[in-house]
Formats: sequence, structure tokens, C-alpha cells
Amino acid sequence: MIAQLTRDERALAIVITGALATIGLAMAAGGRNDLMGSHGWIVLLLAGAVLIALMRGYDGPDPDPERLSRYYDDPTKVGVFLTLTWGVVGMAFGVWVAALLAWPDLTFDAGWASFGRIRPAHTSGVIFGFGGNALIATSFHVLQRTTRARLPDQLSPWFVLLGYNLFCVLAATGYFMGMTQSREYAEPEWYADIWLVIVWVVYFAIYLRTLARRTEPHIYVANWYYMAFILVVAILHIVNNLAVPVSLFGAKSYSLFSGVQDAMTQWWYGHNAVAFFLTAGFLGMMYYYLPKRAGRPIFSYRLSIISFWGITFMYMWAGSHHLHYTALPHWVQTLGMAFSVVLLVPSWASAANALLTLNGAWHKVRDDAVLRFMMLAAIFYGLTTFEGSFMAIRPVNALSHYTDWTVGHVHAGALGWVAMITFGSLYALVPWIWKRPGLYSRRLVEVHFWLALSGTIVYVFAMWNSGIIQGLMWRTYNESGTLTYSFIDSLVAMHPYYIARTLGGTLFLLGALCAAYNIFMTVRMRVPAPDDAISDAPASRPQLQAGE
Amino acid sequence: MELGERDPHTGKMTTGHEWNGIKELDTPVPGPVLFFLGVTILFAILWTTLMPAWPTVTDYTRGLLGVDQRTTVEASITAAAAERAEWSARLASEDFAAIAADAGLMTVVREAGNTLFGDNCAACHGARGEGNIGYPNIARAPTLWGDDPATILETIRVGINSAHPETRYSQMPAFGRDQMLQQDDIKRVVAFVRGLSDPTIDDPDSAGAQIFADNCASCHGASAEGMTEGGTPNLTDTFWIYGGGAETVFTSVYYGRQGHMPTWEGRLSQTDLKLLAAYVHDLRSHS
Repeated sequence: MIAQLTRDERALAIVITGALATIGLAMAAGGRNDLMGSHGWIVLLLAGAVLIALMRGYDGPDPDPERLSRYYDDPTKVGVFLTLTWGVVGMAFGVWVAALLAWPDLTFDAGWASFGRIRPAHTSGVIFGFGGNALIATSFHVLQRTTRARLPDQLSPWFVLLGYNLFCVLAATGYFMGMTQSREYAEPEWYADIWLVIVWVVYFAIYLRTLARRTEPHIYVANWYYMAFILVVAILHIVNNLAVPVSLFGAKSYSLFSGVQDAMTQWWYGHNAVAFFLTAGFLGMMYYYLPKRAGRPIFSYRLSIISFWGITFMYMWAGSHHLHYTALPHWVQTLGMAFSVVLLVPSWASAANALLTLNGAWHKVRDDAVLRFMMLAAIFYGLTTFEGSFMAIRPVNALSHYTDWTVGHVHAGALGWVAMITFGSLYALVPWIWKRPGLYSRRLVEVHFWLALSGTIVYVFAMWNSGIIQGLMWRTYNESGTLTYSFIDSLVAMHPYYIARTLGGTLFLLGALCAAYNIFMTVRMRVPAPDDAISDAPASRPQLQAGE
Repeated sequence: MELGERDPHTGKMTTGHEWNGIKELDTPVPGPVLFFLGVTILFAILWTTLMPAWPTVTDYTRGLLGVDQRTTVEASITAAAAERAEWSARLASEDFAAIAADAGLMTVVREAGNTLFGDNCAACHGARGEGNIGYPNIARAPTLWGDDPATILETIRVGINSAHPETRYSQMPAFGRDQMLQQDDIKRVVAFVRGLSDPTIDDPDSAGAQIFADNCASCHGASAEGMTEGGTPNLTDTFWIYGGGAETVFTSVYYGRQGHMPTWEGRLSQTDLKLLAAYVHDLRSHS
């Protein structure tokens, strides 16, 4: 890792980690009477460890100049392992949270294990830890292959990958200590948010610098999506996290927004986080690994264009459908609903473009569980986007809002779409970049596929049932004109579904463990791929645009 | 301009672009996509014309249907209140005996009371009033403050040791901690008290009865059956609020007890309070 850096990059890395360690020390000292102090120690420790490693490696030999004619995949390789680690940990927390709802004593009387703390640890762990690392790792891979240019330098990809994971660590440890902005999916406090902005700007710069040096005349669809993901997430993150810290050495901050403006900002962020983090980014992933694995051309370039602009334009308006029947003015709700309905068409067009790309490769879908993961992801993407537009319709939302139906909808997307496309892509990617003849075990991929599918189905059906029962119980009136059921009645009715949900989640987690083991063993295999093995390396020696 | 090639499987041309082996077909946008895009956009235009939708500089378009969620919800609240007006007026005006005698009103009490109780009382007293550790059984056990409906209503209204200015007030002193009784004497009186409801427990040296008479009878009564004037529990029955084990009763005597029931006045309407009192009374007569 350090041996790959040029001497100048090593010096710059020492300056950056030194500065970071100093900031950590300042946070630890200044915030010693505040929760920020603990975060200071974490920053100091992690930055200090990297700093020491850099200083020890500083005098090593210069990197091989030949490297510039090869793609730079080391950050992707580390990213794959970070993805799997966060995935397993985040999903395990998910199973715990699910079990907690069925058996509330499972906190074991520990403050850090209360629902309000481990629930964001689960959501951030899977969305940012698992999803985010998967996006960063695959985007570096796809970007180089589709531009035929090496990443611009050796340092900035590491800065993005490791800096991003520092953000994830600050987020997760903060939750356990009780730190939160109380903004769903934007819980981390102000200094973690500022750090993420810095990381994100460097990430976008890598994209622009690589695209500027591309040797392909056109920019591939996958890169449109990855760039939309990076750019829009930056905008969302900055606006929604505008806040005033109580003091320079205190973790607590107060949002710039209040009342209904606060709610609207939060759900403009929240919905577009789904749109640009969990949709656009993963569509980028799908547009590369699916046609590559299937060996088929994309069904329609024109459909790609319509879908891309449809999705990016429509999603921006749809956030207010999270606030139907609230204090939000009626006109904002109408707009949210109208745009959500139109959004269905470009969403389905994307799913159709993926599935129709498989025409001519359906025999591969049957035989190859890796490709089947991607096919299933496209189907779940279609199902979830239909459900999303449906639930955004105001009277439907009257039934579904605040119920487990929403939870089921999110997991149809998160398990069925995001996780499936990620696992499919990782299974394809790992033998390519580690130059292995194939995966350690194809049968284990089959096992994973069926565990993931059955887990998702059990989960989603449990939440559909539970959500619709809840929604109906909450609106049932008796002859006297009063509510028939108390809230606790509906809670009792949920109990069997909460147990089923825990089971579904456990199946999915077992699948993720299969993936982690399988990929670990694939990397450990000491069998190099034969020269003619299926690979994503260009047939002839690529005329790469060298890095700097 | 790159030249496309013909895809052997579909017979369609590619765009001629290629990225690391990925090509794209030049398929036109399928008709259904354009059709449904048109349909949904038309729907969006129609819907935003009918409903309040577009912001103007200082206002917004009201929509042709003139619908507004605030007036809609106000109208439905008025309608719901009208539907309940007949029985809620009678519930408010009639006394408890008349309510209990009226089968129609009692149906309302049971239906609406069940939900009111579940949403407001069940968290402590249990879904069927069976109680919980620290919270008395109010379905079957003798009530602390009296069990006629008017008294139950008053207890719900002001609460016990609550923030209400007229709150019911009750406290069991900490006989051990505040050094009113020696540990050995507490153990004796605990054995005596436990023996009142459980004949298998013997007061070992018969001193417990005297200790009870000197220290406890003033509140719990000479026969230990409790007094509703002070909200003291009956110690001769098999119901325990905090538990009837030797250690728990010892803790109660040593450290004292002071339960808490919130005041519901202001949180629930007068009619709902009365309905709940009638419901609890009815619950007791059926348990």
C-alpha cells in the first residue's frame, strides 16, 4: 500500500495524517469533558497508526514505473473487504434490532444496546458501511475500465476510502455513546459531517480528473450514475446537516432549520439519499457488471438516457411524499405525489433495460448464480420502485404511513436490490481483480443466492402483512364511532410477524457470511487465472492513460 | 463517428460505442415507455390542476376542486363528533347508576372504554387490568381508595401522589431505614403480615401481632384490611402490589413505598374520564 505511493505522495500522506492526528489530539484534549473527547482519541489512534506506518515505509524503494500502464486496483481490493466486514456487522445488528422488537429484553440492560442506539448502528452500518464501501470500491474499478485511464494518483483513492471509513467509525461509535442529530440517516454530529464533505470533494475530484484523461471518446452510462451519486449526495449532505455547534469542543449541535421546514429538508434529504445513494450509485454498478457478466450489449442506449434524466429530475421533487397528512402545506404534498407517480416510468425503464439486456443470455442466468443475483436485483428494483410510487399516492399513504409496510418496502429495496446487485457485482469483480480462475466455490454462491432470496421474501411478506394489519387496525372504528383497537392491541398482533422478520433477516445474514467466507477463500487461492480466462482486462495490452 | 455492428442475437445494430467490451444496442425507446411516460405526465398535469399544487411568488394555486387538507380534517372531526354526540351527551349528564342500567350506553362504555383503557392505562395496569409489579390489579383486587364509580373517577382525575393540586396522597414510611423498627422486629412483623393471607406461614414467636398493632394498624386497620380513606392496601387478601415474598415484603417495610399514578385531568376529556371510570367499574363486576 505505502510502497505504491511515490515519494511525494508519501510526504503528503504524512502531512495529512499528521494534521488529522493533531486534530484528534485537540478534540481529545478540548473535548475531555464531552463525548467528543472519546472521538478525539479514536481519531488520534487511527491517524497515528497510519502515520507511523507511513513514516516506517517512507524510505522504501520508489514504486515500479511500470505501474502506470496498469489499472490501480489496490484500493478496490481493500474496499471489497471493508464492504464485507461492514455488511456482516451491519446485518448482524439488523437481526439484533429485529429480535429486540419481538423480545424487548434483549438489550441486556445496557444503555448502548437500547433500540434507539443499535437501530442507527444497523442502518448506517448497512447503508454507509456496506453500501458506501461497495460503491467506492466498484466505482474505482468501473471508472478505470470504462475510461481506459488509470486513477489520477495513488494517494487520493486511499484518502477517500480510509477517510470515508473513519466517518463510518465515528458514526457507529457515536451512536453507542448516545450521540445523534436525530435526523434519520444523517445522525452523525457536525464534525463527522464536515470530515465527510472533505472526503467527498476528493472523491468527486478523482472522478473528474480520471474522466478528463479518458482515452474512450464517450462517457459510459455507469459513470453518469456514479457521478450523479457523488454530486447529489454532496449537495444533500451539506444542506441537511447545516447546523450550529454548541461549542467548538462539544459534540452537540442544533440544526439551522426548525418546524415544518426542518421536516421538509430532512425528507428531501432522506428520499434523495434513497434515490442517489441507494439507487443511482447501484445503477452505475448494475450498468457495468450485468452486461459484462452476461456478455451482452446494453438493450438500448436511448432508454439509458431517458431513464437517467427521468430519475435524476423526478426524484428531486418526491421527498415531500414522506410528509403526507402532516403540517406540511397541502400543495407541497400534491407535488411530491405527482412527481412520484411520473417517476415510476423511468425507474421501470431502467429495470427493463437491465432485464432485456439479458436476452440472449438467459441460459447463463439459469446456470450462473452470480448473474442470477444481478437479474434478481433488477426485478426487485422494479418491484420496489412500483411499490414506492404506489405508496406515494396520498390515500394509499394514509394506510401505509407509520406502519411496517414502509419498513418492508425499504427492505425490498435494500435486501432485494442494493444487497443483491452488490453481491452479484462482488462475485464478478473479485476473480477479475485478484486474477483468479473463478470463485472458491460456485456451490456456496448458489447457497447464498437461495438464502438471500428466501430471507428477503420472508422479511418482506412479514412486513407487508404486519404493516397492512397495523394500518387497518389503526383506522377501524366501532359502532360507537370510536377506535376499535388500542395501540397495544396492534402491537400484540405484530408479534408473530416480528419473529418472522427476525428469521428472514437471519437467513439473509447467513447468506452474507457465505459470501464473506467464499470471497476470502477465493483471494487466498494461490491459483493464477489462465491467460484466456474470462477477465475484464482488455484483449490487447491497453493503451492506458497513465496516472500522474 | 464510430460504426455500429449488427448484434447476431437480436439482429439490431449497436451504437458503435464500446467500453472494455461493453457495447450498446441502438434500440429505439420502446413504445410502452413513451406511452406510459405520456400517461403519467398527463396525470401529473391533471392532478396538479385539480389540487393545490404550484407555488407562486407569495401564494400557491388552489386547484380546481378547492380541496384543502385543513378544511377536510376539520370537517371530518366535526362529523365524527356529531356521530358521538348522542351518547357522549348522555354519558356526561347521567349518573353512574343510570349509565349502568342502560344497555345501549354500556355497549359504548365497553367498546370505547376498551380502547381508552388500552391506550392509557394498560401500560401499567395490564391489558385486562391484571396489574404488574408495582401497579395494582384493578380488575379483581380491592381498590385502595374505594371502588364505587364516582370514587374511581376521582382517582383517575387527580391521580395518586401526582402533580395535581388535589392529588390523593399516600406514603408507607421507611420503618427500617428511618430507624423506627429494628431489623428483627421487621422480620417478625413481615412473618405476621404474610401469615394473614397464607396460613402455612407461622409467626415464630407471636411478637409480630403486637408490633403490627403498635406500628401498622393506624393506617392498615386493626384487622389489617386496609382503609380507603388513606389508600392503604388490604393485607389479608392474596393480592400484592409489590409482591408477597419474604424479601419483598421486608423491602416494603424497611424502605417504605410510595406509588405514583398520574393525573388524567386535562389529558383526557371529562366524558372520557367518566367513561373510563364506568369501564373500570364494569370490568371489576365481570372479573
